[in-house]
Formats: sequence, structure tokens, C-alpha cells
Amino acid sequence: MASALINVPPRAKRGEIIEIKTLISHPMETGYRRTQLGALVPRDIIRLFVCTYNGTEVFRAELHPAIAANPFIVFSTVATESGTLAFQWTGDRGFSETESVAITVD
Amino acid sequence: MSRNTSRREFLLTAGGAAAGIGLASVIAVEPVRATPATMQEAIRKVVGPARVNPGRVKLELPPLVENGNTVPLTVKVESPMTAADHVKALHLFNEKNPQPDVASFRFGPRAGRASVSTRIRLADTQTVIAVCELSDGSFWSASVNVVVTLAACLEDA
Repeated sequence: MASALINVPPRAKRGEIIEIKTLISHPMETGYRRTQLGALVPRDIIRLFVCTYNGTEVFRAELHPAIAANPFIVFSTVATESGTLAFQWTGDRGFSETESVAITVD
Repeated sequence: MSRNTSRREFLLTAGGAAAGIGLASVIAVEPVRATPATMQEAIRKVVGPARVNPGRVKLELPPLVENGNTVPLTVKVESPMTAADHVKALHLFNEKNPQPDVASFRFGPRAGRASVSTRIRLADTQTVIAVCELSDGSFWSASVNVVVTLAACLEDA
């Protein structure tokens, strides 16, 4: 099963812009490669990544095969209130992975 | 020759056949490529009839890439990111990968800063274009030419 690494500062000041780094292990098979016998390897990628902050969407990424294996995405958000940041990756072959991280805002 | 085939003849024909097969497989394996024209088409699909102005977007990519399988990339747009004036989306396109689309990132005023870093694949030396969509409906773009030494997508699985 895939596993994700998320880097979020555990504490932040209200109104501060925080940087979030996410990395998930996934082959991101393009669907253009062939095996040595010439058979096409079927596409298997993560198509969508969504980050929600206490239920409100703050960032969304639509991915294509041109994203490198093990998608690494860095983005930012404004620390508004204490709560949870939820991350969801969805993709081909029913791939779905969710993670959440708590953040304290003072 | 008394016998049906000599060793020399056999080797010659076998070599020729092998070369023929090799050539044929090279042609067969050559993937469909996006072209500058299909990239423009893909950009049009996202932008619609609006004009794309150069500027405002900062696209950071190494000018010389050794391994096309993971190319670090950062896109930034200077924007106050308020409800009235923010970046709605950032789209990335390329010229020569099998598909012109790379990724689309969507923001709101909650993002705080219109900046994204990721790692992409590049199949060849080519131009990468970032297009940003502002909340006032205007589009801005930046492009970078990248030289790729080892291409992505070509190795066997």
C-alpha cells in the first residue's frame, strides 16, 4: 500500500502563511512504456490531490502522466484556526489514500 | 553448393533479418509525441478565447537536466491573494512529452501564496510553459527552455 509523508509546521501564528510539503509513494506509470516483450504497460497514475483545512478546500492539483513517480507537491496556506489539514490522493485502479495532520494556531 | 545453405549464407540472412526486426521494433516503439501545435491546442482548451499575456509568472526549472525522469520545478506568481485579487489556477504544459498537459493547480484566497513546487518528467529537450489564471479573468504565462540529457518514458518496464 502506498504511504505518504507530510510536512506541516505543528504550530503557527494566526494569519501566518505556512508551507506544506507532501510526498506519496506511487509509481505514476505513464501508460506509454512497454515491457521487453512489447506489451504496453497500462496507465496507473494519481489524478487528483486535494487538501482541505477544517473541511474547506485550500488547494487542489490535477495530475497527468508527466508528473514524476512518487508525486512531491509543495504548496502553502494561511493558518487561520487550530484544526486538521486533510490530504486526499485519488487515481487509477481505484487508488485512494487519505492522511490528516493536526495544527495548532495561536 | 551441394547442401541447401552454407554457414556464411545463413549468418548473412539471419543478421539481415535481425537488423530488420530491430529497425521495425524501433519504429513501432516510437511513441506518439505532443508537438508545439498540440500544446497550443491544450492551452486553448484551458484558456478559451482569452488572451495570454507574457509575464507575472515565475517558472523555475534547471536549464540543463541530466535525468528527465525527475525534474524539480517551482512556479510562483506575485499576487496579494485576497478575495478580490488572487490566482485561481496555474497550469503547466510541455511541447514534446506524449501528452501536452503536465498538471493543473487550483488555489483560492486561502492559499496565502501562489506558489507550487513539484517534480515532473520530460521526454526531450523542449519548452515548458506555465499559464496562470487570475481572479479578474486574465491569463499570464512564462516559458523556459530545458535541455534534457536522459529522456524519461523511453526505458523498458
